[in-house]
Amino acid sequence: MRVLMFGWEFPPHITGGLGTACFGLTKGLAKRDVDVTFVVPKAYGDEDQQAVKLVNASDVPFDITDEEYKEFWSHIKYMEVGSNIIPYVDPQEYTKTYEENKKTGESFTSNVFSKHYEFSGTYSLNLMEEVARFALIASGLAAKENFDVIHAHDWLTYPAGIAAKKTSGKPLIVHMHATEFDRSGEHVNQQVYDIEREGMMEADKVITVSNLTRNIVINKYGIDPDKVITVHNAVDHTMLKDAKNIKKPYKEKLVTFLGRITLQKGPEYFIEAAYKILQKDPNVRFVMAGSGDMLNRMIERVAHLRIADKFHFTGFLKGDDVNRVFSMSDVFVMPSVSEPFGIVPLEAMRSSVPVVISKQSGVAEVLVHALKIDFWDIDGMADAIYGLLHYKGISTMFQKLGKKEVEGLKWENAALKVKAVYESVI
Amino acid sequence: MRSICFYFQVHQPYRLRNYRFFDIGEKHDYFDTYSNSFIMRRVADKNYLPMNALLLDLINEYGSAFKVSFSISGVALDQFAEYAPDVLESFKRLADSGNVEFLAETYSHSLSALKSREEFEKQVKIQSDKIKQYFGVEPTTFRNTELIYSDEIGTMVADMGYKTMLTEGAKHVLGWRSPNYAYTNAINPKLKLLLKNFQLSDDIAFRFSQQSWGEWPLTSEKFVDWLNNIDQKEEVVNLFMDYETFGEHQWEETGIFNFMRALPGRVFSHSNYTFNTPSEVAETLQPVGPIHVPVPISWADEERDLTAWLGNDLQDEAFDKLYSLESKIKNCGDEQIQRDWLLLQTSDHFYYMCTKWFSDGDVHKYFNPYGTPYDAFINFMNVLSDFIIRVDTICGSPKDDRKDIKEMAEKLMDEMEDATRKKIKSSKKKVKKTIDQGKNIKFDDIKNMSNTAIKKLVKEVDINELTIALKDASTEVKEKVIPNLNKKARQTYDELQQNLKTIKKADIKKYQKAVEEKLKELFRK
Repeated sequence: MRVLMFGWEFPPHITGGLGTACFGLTKGLAKRDVDVTFVVPKAYGDEDQQAVKLVNASDVPFDITDEEYKEFWSHIKYMEVGSNIIPYVDPQEYTKTYEENKKTGESFTSNVFSKHYEFSGTYSLNLMEEVARFALIASGLAAKENFDVIHAHDWLTYPAGIAAKKTSGKPLIVHMHATEFDRSGEHVNQQVYDIEREGMMEADKVITVSNLTRNIVINKYGIDPDKVITVHNAVDHTMLKDAKNIKKPYKEKLVTFLGRITLQKGPEYFIEAAYKILQKDPNVRFVMAGSGDMLNRMIERVAHLRIADKFHFTGFLKGDDVNRVFSMSDVFVMPSVSEPFGIVPLEAMRSSVPVVISKQSGVAEVLVHALKIDFWDIDGMADAIYGLLHYKGISTMFQKLGKKEVEGLKWENAALKVKAVYESVI
Repeated sequence: MRSICFYFQVHQPYRLRNYRFFDIGEKHDYFDTYSNSFIMRRVADKNYLPMNALLLDLINEYGSAFKVSFSISGVALDQFAEYAPDVLESFKRLADSGNVEFLAETYSHSLSALKSREEFEKQVKIQSDKIKQYFGVEPTTFRNTELIYSDEIGTMVADMGYKTMLTEGAKHVLGWRSPNYAYTNAINPKLKLLLKNFQLSDDIAFRFSQQSWGEWPLTSEKFVDWLNNIDQKEEVVNLFMDYETFGEHQWEETGIFNFMRALPGRVFSHSNYTFNTPSEVAETLQPVGPIHVPVPISWADEERDLTAWLGNDLQDEAFDKLYSLESKIKNCGDEQIQRDWLLLQTSDHFYYMCTKWFSDGDVHKYFNPYGTPYDAFINFMNVLSDFIIRVDTICGSPKDDRKDIKEMAEKLMDEMEDATRKKIKSSKKKVKKTIDQGKNIKFDDIKNMSNTAIKKLVKEVDINELTIALKDASTEVKEKVIPNLNKKARQTYDELQQNLKTIKKADIKKYQKAVEEKLKELFRK
């Protein structure tokens, strides 16, 4: 079976969970004998900026020349489309495809448009234009390539998927990693919403990363429930670094929040819960790792509550420091208001850190060894954290069993479900 | 003759290094040695050294007619000693001229006057000793950090023996009155106050190089004209400013040095002013009345209040958390703790956390190591968190005392419980032993029994049988039993004793056995 897959990013150039998930899924599919042609637009030169702007624990670079990827690359055809290029020139000129084949040492170094190159940023004003251009290129590709099914990840690639379907007549699967409601709360961008909806209407099947997302797709986009199938994300264990063994230099227990400090992640609920706990037990420290548009407001809140000697901020953390924080942590909390899946708690569990997660996260549907609370339930969150800090019975159990549980979440199992979806439409 | 009183504030804080969350509990070096030495060197070359040389020239030229005063914070003095000893030498030369007065303040340019009298007095003492050590004179005039003043602060200063204090001639405090007189503290009239003429001071300190200013460029001629415009009855013009004005806030290219070089000559030739130090002015002038300042004022910003350092949540949290340590640190003998405690109190740390939008925001940016007040807050709190851990471990604290007492109490309880447990165990053993003994008790064992037990026994057995059983018993047994008989039994016993002449040995044995059985029965109960 051969799949034409459209994504927006691919490791190591990833801005969030999407790239990691795409990579994990393609690896899983490779193991299930599905051949994938993976097409991504490439924003040349923006890598550094992304690393600075974005906070995500999954942003771990890896080396694709590793031996273990040989098998992977024998099934995967990787294509880049230079899309972030100045407008008003014939799109055909910008199509650049090359086959990545590091296994045999072949290299492709062409960048024919370096003269015209002008960076517009991944989420620039020209984004819609780029989405449209990407679709144009996709239809060209679809005519040339040989495949059985089209698979498009997230709204940015849906126009491409639809175009490919129209040119080739092959079935289309769209994969919802996040909805506009997750990203923007109730203030949705109508344009994005429309693209998402059109993609799902045109698709033969819709894959959602959790039942939470599935419900949103059905209720807020009016998609036929029979078309929507949940395939939970898994964990790519090669992407996660081993936990460090660092001893905390103070006696207090450490409770950690790690993620972008934005509305979606619910940082303010974590602070209120921390305040409640500190009233009862001063021997706890809290750390909020990450950065985002709500950071300054959170700092002010902590100062206002007069807990800043026990509530710390780290700013944006890079890969190694993420592991360092986990190894120091006694409890990890993800109070997300809306989280289609949420991979960070899994990384915490893998480092033997017990976790408290909000029920409004997709990952809550698959985890057993985690305490689950409503993001708005500050008392409940405080209770859960306090319990994990003080009642050894549950924390040791979570440490042991949580790690095992995460190791059981394998992409090849998720890939099997995705393959079944493919088979249902061919 | 009227006076011009120049006072310059010289201060450089020990700036904090970029101290990360991961450093808490691990690293205890808080200060950015590199940038502190770099900044000190730069200001020394652009400002302190050339301006000191200029002042010394003027003193040499005009003799006792030209005088100025300085308040050099202790942290600046220590950084001179560390990073720019040539600056310290040049200040010493100015001191030797006798035309320069050095004022007292808090060692670390702190806000302690607002928080703790004890800590404030301690820091003033450290600073005063330092001035004496470097410049050979004990200061008699006081200038609090950033001219911060209130009635209360004034009385504290007066109580410490200072006769004169400098502060801001804030409009909202003076009202219609002029800053160009001496005033007194509202509570203690012995403390004289000299008030900054902020109009003329800020003309030099802030507006000198502002080309948008209508009076630009400012010349010594123009400035002396303004001085002459002041009513003849007004006695003193207090020109108080940052020393960094000369060469740092106002670069050499603006002509600020030339202005200062020309000013004294112009004053002497075209006015009836002379230059005096604050203590001279205070000595000669008769105060015109008290100034009421119930709420602290300062020389900062348009508001002339404390909002540059305190008032927003960031500042108040950091400030209150820091000073909550005072009681623990007070009796702490650790030198490094004491040093860091002083340096963390430096007002600049709180100044960097200010979120106000200032008309004079430029000055706020001056050598500010942080991009935003939030960065400043986080960095300070990280350092403070580590410092709190150190204070808690190194210094004996009330909290620790409580903990100790609690620990002692717990230990005592444990010991008591232990002792009780042992006692119970040993009594159990005893009881068991007694019961075991009871199982093979012999008639002769009666001699070891308690009187209570004997009394019980006597009640249980027939007195006739007992008498027979006692017939050939040992005297010890007899002595034990007989006194324990009640009156009636005793009578019976005595009678029987007389009548029993010959009794079969077997009978005696038989009755002794009976008593033994009775005893065993009793023990089982």
